[in-house]
Amino acid sequence: MIELNNLTKRYGRFTAVDGINLTIPAGELYGMLGPNGAGKTTTMRMIAGILQPTAGSIRIAGIDLRTDPIGAKSRLGFIPDRPFVYDKLTGAEFLRFVAGLYGQGGVVIDRRIDELLELFELLPWRDELTESYSHGMRQKLIISSALLHRPEVIVVDEPMIGLDPKSARLLKDLLRQFVNRGGTVLMSTHTLEIAEAMCDRIAIVQGGKIVAAGTMDELRVQTSTGDASLEELFLKLTGGLSEWELSELFDR
Amino acid sequence: MSFSIVEAPTRSAGVLDILGPKWRSFRARLRRERSGAGARTILLILLGAGFWTAVFGVSYRVLKYFKGVEEIGPLLAGKLLAVGLLSFVAILLLSNLVTALSTFFLAKDLDMLVAAPVDWIWFYLAKLAETLAHSSWMVVLMVVPILTAYGVVFGGGPLFPLVALATLLPFFLLPTVIGSVITLVLVNVFPARRARDLLSLVALSVMAGLVLFLRLAQPEQLARPEGYRNLLEFIASLRAPSHPLLPSEWAASALMNWLLRVRDPLPLLLLWSTAAAFIVVGASLHRRLYMPGFTKSQEGANTAAGRAAWHRAVRLLLGWLPVTRREFVLKDLKVFFRDATQWSQLILLAVLLIVYVFNIKALPLYTGERVPYVLVTLVVFLNQGLGGFVLSAIAARFIFPSVSLEGRQLWLLRSSPLDLRAMLWSKYWVGTLPLLALALGIGVITNRMLHAPPFMMLLSTITTVCYTLAVGALALGLGVLFPQFETENAAQIPTSFGGLVFMMAAVSLLTLIIVIEAVPIAEQLRIWQAGGQPGSSPSLLLAMGAVFLVCALATVLPLRSGLRRLAALEA
Repeated sequence: MIELNNLTKRYGRFTAVDGINLTIPAGELYGMLGPNGAGKTTTMRMIAGILQPTAGSIRIAGIDLRTDPIGAKSRLGFIPDRPFVYDKLTGAEFLRFVAGLYGQGGVVIDRRIDELLELFELLPWRDELTESYSHGMRQKLIISSALLHRPEVIVVDEPMIGLDPKSARLLKDLLRQFVNRGGTVLMSTHTLEIAEAMCDRIAIVQGGKIVAAGTMDELRVQTSTGDASLEELFLKLTGGLSEWELSELFDR
Repeated sequence: MSFSIVEAPTRSAGVLDILGPKWRSFRARLRRERSGAGARTILLILLGAGFWTAVFGVSYRVLKYFKGVEEIGPLLAGKLLAVGLLSFVAILLLSNLVTALSTFFLAKDLDMLVAAPVDWIWFYLAKLAETLAHSSWMVVLMVVPILTAYGVVFGGGPLFPLVALATLLPFFLLPTVIGSVITLVLVNVFPARRARDLLSLVALSVMAGLVLFLRLAQPEQLARPEGYRNLLEFIASLRAPSHPLLPSEWAASALMNWLLRVRDPLPLLLLWSTAAAFIVVGASLHRRLYMPGFTKSQEGANTAAGRAAWHRAVRLLLGWLPVTRREFVLKDLKVFFRDATQWSQLILLAVLLIVYVFNIKALPLYTGERVPYVLVTLVVFLNQGLGGFVLSAIAARFIFPSVSLEGRQLWLLRSSPLDLRAMLWSKYWVGTLPLLALALGIGVITNRMLHAPPFMMLLSTITTVCYTLAVGALALGLGVLFPQFETENAAQIPTSFGGLVFMMAAVSLLTLIIVIEAVPIAEQLRIWQAGGQPGSSPSLLLAMGAVFLVCALATVLPLRSGLRRLAALEA
């Protein structure tokens, strides 16, 4: 599970994340939505231990990230939005290196690396340097690296960018199975259809704060939008240009 | 703001439109640096002023001396200028080769510019100007104090800067056009990534060859004219590298003509007409070959990397290490030996070492006469300092950039349960152990060549071990404190501000060690002069203790600060 308590991140006078409180129990897939610059990626990077919070605390699988970072990170798999990997390592070497970071190695890991590469159809490129991989292939390699050490919690930032429809479907199924087996997933996405179809609960973030959170039904009640879709609900909460305003823009 | 889809653009973007964002970014960076770090700016200004003063001072003295030599004085000054400009042409050509690949084929703005309705000729000229600026600024910084000295000594007058500008502009343009044409052709033959590796390798090899050639040609013999049979042979040897068809010769003639009041516009005409002709040829080649080359530059190179035997051997060799450290060391080694911008620096290192050993061998110590003990001891002691400086330069090249090179992958290291000490440990030993082996190797070889007395050999070996361990830690620690995460070329990291701070810290440490050891060595020499036998003494043991303490502090403190900074770094 993931617990965020009064999580805050400030850059000088600018507050990127403003006192977020959130609990995601085991066996739940939680979506985080929000316009660009709302603070989603900052929140995710703090949970992954890449950024240090200005205030507040983070617990992963019951372990405080500040007091026991190694214990907390061992239980976490992080998939960033930008797939930066070592260009001069092959796909298999990269995964072996990541396994090493989690203290794992040997024949068992070699077998798991091949399984994951096969699952994501990267086996033919196993011994190719990643500098020749496409964006989507790198993304699949990073997803494989996050699953390699069998985490309890997965934090995934914009998972579908660069993935072909088949891989996107595979990832959706993987995350769902992971959650059904007791795992926890926190996912940020701009693809509202995916969020609506996949997430058990959703938080909408704006200006570094959660402005609404809950199941789809709970969100509709909170925003008094009847049977509105997630898109309508999102636009109502975060603001957006109407059709009339757009046509004005083109006519001017 | 308008989004009308019927409105057509009124004109194509020009050179200034294309270069505008670069210029504004440069100014913004300058402003940020000026407002951000006062001490850094002051240090850079002081260093720059010191460098300019030194170059101007040396040039002024040499030219003043030449001017005083009757008959051949101006000839010597002109030849010196031609030789200097010739070496600049070589540097500029190599620098342009590498820079043109980035500006024309790998820059981040290219997708946008190629997709935009920009006329090809403006695109070419803008990119040529960008290449010119990026590849030539260092040489310009070097040329300014030298030409100022020429102007002052030979009374160039207030118009001399304009003449210099009119001469140097086409002089700098020529290697830029040639470099970009060679790059254009290479990219059409090889994929851009392979071409970059190839260019780095060619550039470094040629540079290394040039240094080696200049050193092995024994220029110190020019300082001993008695070695020449007559004056004609001496002048002939000075004339050796020049050729009437070289632009450096034209540029030197144009400048010297002005300084010596000779009315001959031909060199300047040759420079401008050749530069214009080259630009026309370059532009027409660009028009034909750029798009096929740019398309090819999007292709990846053949990048299969088999499971080489040496990987297995190293893995076996490191079997005793915990898995995290072993995988980290293996990763660092693989990345180093697969990245041409990193491993090709080993060529420079080899040349540096050859030149260093050659210098020691060329010392006029053992020429038949009996060499005094004092002199040998002093030379061995100074050799220790020189060796230490070489080690610092190597640490700056190989250990200082190691954390910066993790830049874009920092997200992975920070989100994993990696103990940051394991990372620093790997970086420290992977860099320091080969450095130590090298330091001991060159120390023993050069000391044997110098016939060092046993106690100096021992002192030198112990000092080398302590200093190497410390300089490795300093390089790594300061590399974390001054990271360069955005750079794509490892070779540029040591020349950053942090690299400069490291070199200054390393040289300060070296100076401190030499000062500490100088006292007991002077005492040993006094014992020897009084007829006694040099050996261990309380002051020598005390000095060794002090050196050990200083080096231990210089090892532990930077690593600790590095670790703290690494823990606080945000990716």
